[in-house]
Amino acid sequence: MTIALSVQKIARQLEEKFPGSIVESNQDSLVINSDSLPAIAAFLKDTPGLDFDYLNHITAVDYYDHFEVIYQLTSLERNHSLVLKTRCYSRDNPVLPSLVSLWRGADLQEREIYDLMGIRFEGHPNLKRIVLWEGFPGHPLRKDYL
Amino acid sequence: MALKTEPFALNIGPAHPSTHGVFRMRSTLDGEVIVDMELIFGYLHRGIEKLAEERTYTGFIPLTDRLDYLASMSNNLAYCLAMEKLAGIEVPERAEYLRVILAELQRIASHLIAVGAFLNDCGAFMTPILYMLREREKILDLFDMVSGQRLTYNYMRFGGVSQDIPEEFLPALSKFVKQMPRFIDEYDRLLKENEILLARAKGVGILPREMAINISASGPVLRASGVKWDIRKADPYSIYDRFEFDIPTGTVGDCYDRYRVRVEEMRQSVRIIEQAMKQIPPGPVRSKVPHLIHPPVGETYARIESPRGELGFYLVSDNSIAPYRCHIRSPALLNLTALRDMVIGWKVADAIITFGSIDIVMGEIDR
Repeated sequence: MTIALSVQKIARQLEEKFPGSIVESNQDSLVINSDSLPAIAAFLKDTPGLDFDYLNHITAVDYYDHFEVIYQLTSLERNHSLVLKTRCYSRDNPVLPSLVSLWRGADLQEREIYDLMGIRFEGHPNLKRIVLWEGFPGHPLRKDYL
Repeated sequence: MALKTEPFALNIGPAHPSTHGVFRMRSTLDGEVIVDMELIFGYLHRGIEKLAEERTYTGFIPLTDRLDYLASMSNNLAYCLAMEKLAGIEVPERAEYLRVILAELQRIASHLIAVGAFLNDCGAFMTPILYMLREREKILDLFDMVSGQRLTYNYMRFGGVSQDIPEEFLPALSKFVKQMPRFIDEYDRLLKENEILLARAKGVGILPREMAINISASGPVLRASGVKWDIRKADPYSIYDRFEFDIPTGTVGDCYDRYRVRVEEMRQSVRIIEQAMKQIPPGPVRSKVPHLIHPPVGETYARIESPRGELGFYLVSDNSIAPYRCHIRSPALLNLTALRDMVIGWKVADAIITFGSIDIVMGEIDR
């Protein structure tokens, strides 16, 4: 059985290492500051004992006043998981750091979020639309589209 | 006088028999060798995630059939599991067994197509796939018995399955289960040590273990690279913890390993079905669920081991009758991430079989 790691415990660990990076933590997910996302992701990936080597999926949700991007992480070796979230408050030009350099599995998914939700990922090697064509008006998965 | 050469651009697809759907590989060639490749998706994009937001939870079940149309039962199952987790719906025992039996039959059917199409790409034109389609036909007949459909079943419901199986289903299933291992043996006799297949597929299109994990590969592609990771064992859903089966893995992660893993998985699926048939209890097949469900506010991620890998549904509920957001984690899309690295330096014919060995379904990739 995949064990969901205690968010409180990881939050404490992260707060020590990266002060001020935790926005909110509840039972099943950890919301972090988007500025510290690459550092925290690298920490989760490389720290022995955590070993989050596998990025299950990335997705984004539009809550009108902000976008929430969700990263589901798993350690294949230790069989535990963690849900990491970050928020993005700009509607006109939402930007987040890209995680492609850590997990290449993020590549196509970040392109998909850029295409359908309109969030730009800084540092992505090839940020182009993936399922719609260049010049398509708008980003269809946003709640105010249609 | 030295000949002047320049790289040559070749579009493989979108409508090409080897792309198994509408998919385009824009490749740059140096003679016959691939030096660069760009993957172009989107020809089958129907906006299914957006459509989900405009339908009721139940009304979305038929659309899940249209994602991975070679494994509709698995899609049904993944979506229903996500919804059951979100709304806290119980599933009767008999329905759980039916779900396992049908999901495993679906895995065999899907792997038969995958292996057949792969051999087709290798140049064994039409003979192996014809035999595999013959076996798949028997599975489709079984599905026809339970759901009345051959491709898009729309059979699972929240809290169970839509109807109980007819009387003739279990005898027909046990006949199939007895025959199937013999057929797999027969295919193996023909193909396992076949010199041409070994020459074409061994050592071609290698996906190393570290890269497989890093690109979030899953399913047979991940296991062929030597990672023993199967969600049915690692994070059992439904009642998979009650069955005994092995996880076949490969060693180097080449095309041949991916082909072998799929063949061995078919044997394991037969084993699971045999056990489930012996244990299946009588009783109701569906718990009472209201027509319009208002799940509590929250979000959930449920995943299964579909024939292609980790198929997950991420649902966000705002207590209305439709999902606020429905994201589908497509295994085939992520398995394609490293295709460019796997084919660079190989010839076009090798790229075709590497691509075929990943086993994609465009309906699920483009959504």
